[in-house]
Amino acid sequence: MDKSPVLRAEGITKRFPGVVANNRVNFDVHAGEIHALLGENGAGKSTLVKILYGFYQPDSGTISLDGRPTPIRSPREARGHGIGLVFQGFTLIPALTVAENVALFLSKLDWYISPKKLAAQIQEASRRYGLELEPKTPVWQLSVGQQQRVELLKLLLTRARVLIFDEPSKVLAPHEVDTLFGIFRDLRNDGYSLVFITHKLREALTCADRITVLRQGQVAGSLNAQDASEEKLVELMFGEPLKEVATRERGSKFGKPILELVDICTRAVGTTPALRQVSLTVHEGEIVGVAGVSGNGQRELGDVILGLIKPTTGKKIFLSQEATAWPPARMIGQGVAFVPEDPLAMAVVPWFSVLENVALLSPKRFSLYGGLGMAWDKARAVARAGFERLGLNPLPERARAASLSGGNLQRLVLVRELSRDYKLVVGLYPTRGLDVRSANAVRQAFLQARAAGKGVLLISEDLSELFALSDRIVVMLRGQIVGEVRPDQTSLTEVGRMMVGVGHG
Amino acid sequence: MNGDWFLSWISGAILYAAPLLYPTVGEVLGQRTGMVNLGLEGLMLLGASTSFALSVRLGNPWVAVFLGAGVGLLANLIYAFLVVKRNASQLATGLALMFFGLGVSALLGKPYVGQMAAALPKYPLLGPRSLLFRYDLLVYVAFLLAALAWVFLFRTRWGLQLRAVGENPAHAYAAGISPARVRLAAACVVGFLAGLGGAQLALGVTQTWSEGMTAGRGFIAIALVIFSRWNPLRAIVGAILFGGAVVLQLQLQARGIGISPFFLDMFPYVLTLFVLLLWGRGVRHTAPASLGRVYFGTEERGG
Ligand SMILES: Nc1ncnc2c1ncn2[C@@H]1O[C@H](COP(=O)(O)OP(=O)(O)OP(=O)(O)O)[C@@H](O)[C@H]1O
Ligand SMILES: [Mg+2]
Repeated sequence: MDKSPVLRAEGITKRFPGVVANNRVNFDVHAGEIHALLGENGAGKSTLVKILYGFYQPDSGTISLDGRPTPIRSPREARGHGIGLVFQGFTLIPALTVAENVALFLSKLDWYISPKKLAAQIQEASRRYGLELEPKTPVWQLSVGQQQRVELLKLLLTRARVLIFDEPSKVLAPHEVDTLFGIFRDLRNDGYSLVFITHKLREALTCADRITVLRQGQVAGSLNAQDASEEKLVELMFGEPLKEVATRERGSKFGKPILELVDICTRAVGTTPALRQVSLTVHEGEIVGVAGVSGNGQRELGDVILGLIKPTTGKKIFLSQEATAWPPARMIGQGVAFVPEDPLAMAVVPWFSVLENVALLSPKRFSLYGGLGMAWDKARAVARAGFERLGLNPLPERARAASLSGGNLQRLVLVRELSRDYKLVVGLYPTRGLDVRSANAVRQAFLQARAAGKGVLLISEDLSELFALSDRIVVMLRGQIVGEVRPDQTSLTEVGRMMVGVGHG
Repeated sequence: MNGDWFLSWISGAILYAAPLLYPTVGEVLGQRTGMVNLGLEGLMLLGASTSFALSVRLGNPWVAVFLGAGVGLLANLIYAFLVVKRNASQLATGLALMFFGLGVSALLGKPYVGQMAAALPKYPLLGPRSLLFRYDLLVYVAFLLAALAWVFLFRTRWGLQLRAVGENPAHAYAAGISPARVRLAAACVVGFLAGLGGAQLALGVTQTWSEGMTAGRGFIAIALVIFSRWNPLRAIVGAILFGGAVVLQLQLQARGIGISPFFLDMFPYVLTLFVLLLWGRGVRHTAPASLGRVYFGTEERGG
């Protein structure tokens, strides 16, 4: 392309305490281009796009728009220049409704807000883009997938000319990802520039025109999508090819049931689905997969198991004990490891350090002198061993959880949960936001747990993941279990169809 | 108990509600941006003493009222500066401001204790002959203001931005809003309305000045903010309830009922505690999520 790029960043450097998040990064986007940004967890992708959006200020480097150097001092200025960003951890406000959250981003909003008009406007727009949303719902009632849709809509309606998405496909169901990329292509053909971050190489290869890979804060390479291949990208990301992924050995020697849910029903809160007559058993040495588009009761299922919400009817049996009324502390104490959907909100204390968060759930295990002190050395050793077991680089112990990159935060939660002495692990979308290598490591860890006779409940939208790991897959739709299949006796398409309620197996 | 008694009670309740409604509505707006201001009492006292003194001096209650409110605004700029620009603790700053207001107002008001000031003129609601329901203009305005504040908060762009800041300043910033600017503006409104409440109390309701005359109304206002669940319309109910309690206590004392006057004095405050006790069980996501937290800006989040 000989035209000058719409947006060009040159020599961007950004330091945070203890890390150089961006190190002399060059990056540009042209009009009518889709540009994918790749890199392992913590490589500095989010930092870079936040700098482009004016949310962070670079320590050095320049940003030019249409060839003219233009400092971007705040998100407000970025929006003025037609740059929009969807953050990785969302920036939605839970207490406000969908409509209000979107309205906050509309530049041409009347001073008087008529809720009816606004709702109609948003409903219309959400239909136009095929993003199903109910404008009057408060955002705290939405599943993470629905929240992603709100974020998308927000950005699409601002009509920015450079649209940046930080891991937009992370929490979307496969069919929604297709819709999203369809929207991307339409926008590109209308002359918009799009940048998206992803960990799924296939997405970058199929949707992007150009791909830039970051490694440890530096640009490892930038190439046209036609010239790229999965191997090449992996090489650029990690500097080495991926190790073989171990697969699940066939043959089932399940032990006793660990968790039994019998006819569980819950109350619907707002528009969240209620569970209806959910029955489910996880045995020792078994991985049970739960397939479904998120927002169909998965979060409620997790909450019931952990004891966050009490079922209205039905029974929960854990290790042959009636556990329906057990509070979360007791469930955790008795051996439930839990990876929630939204780790920043539910699994960590954001302003605690990595180490403190590791120690958080097992205060007894790390206490000294009957609780008067903490055995930090022991916690440190446990954390280190945990990372090692998963084959991940340890995180800086003193970094606050809130400052971790999205994937590193997920790693932290996984390491903590899998380092505890557990009998059942419940993972809600456990590999979301992880780079290819860490995702493989986590899948590996689940298989090891299975081999060690523990029970695994794997809730996921990633069908290939479910098929690779599960002994049994149940499909959830609108709070109900609508089918149960064995991965070797069915196909991805079949399960995909059941997930959206067409056909039945 | 007859109808007359009841009417005069209602009439009094409305009168006593007004000076509470101003600081309460102001504080609702302030807390909706995430700031708790425990200095309201001090601000009210400053508004009351300066406006009373000015009214004695100038003979014009209207000028006095607005200057009194202006003094409240100016005094609250101290709070705004410390909390927004210097990231000071809201609670400590608020308490300091309360004592500051208490002291300065006592000093300023000293020469005027027991004096007469030009009071605000009254306008009867039920025609010229009725003695009840005669209020100064600021009483009517107080209720109008509460309604307008509701429209502002829930039906305008600025109200939406203000609420966003109170929920999550970092996210509001990402949406192109400047949290610092919104909080500074809100602090000005809080100061002005608290001062106005104090001024109206001195020149419209009690029509005298005495040290510490607001008698904890600044704190009651904070309780009413919680009672109202950060909704200006519900604040009206709360203010009338408390105003009603004050009037009831006055009526009982006037009738010489054999209850210790100390107990009667306590009654409105006990009622407030009681109501909070029953009402305090919050519904999810009613209190602004960033309430009381210091916002350091985007970069230091990692620390
Ligand atoms: N606000 C902050 N304060 C301190 N350190 C930070 C902050 N933001 C990011 N970092 C650090 O900078 C590095 C790069 O983080 P960044 O979020 O850009 O990674 P990323 O490439 O987006 O990773 P992921 O794929 O996991 O989202 C990380 O080591 C992270 O801990
Ligand atoms: Mg990131």
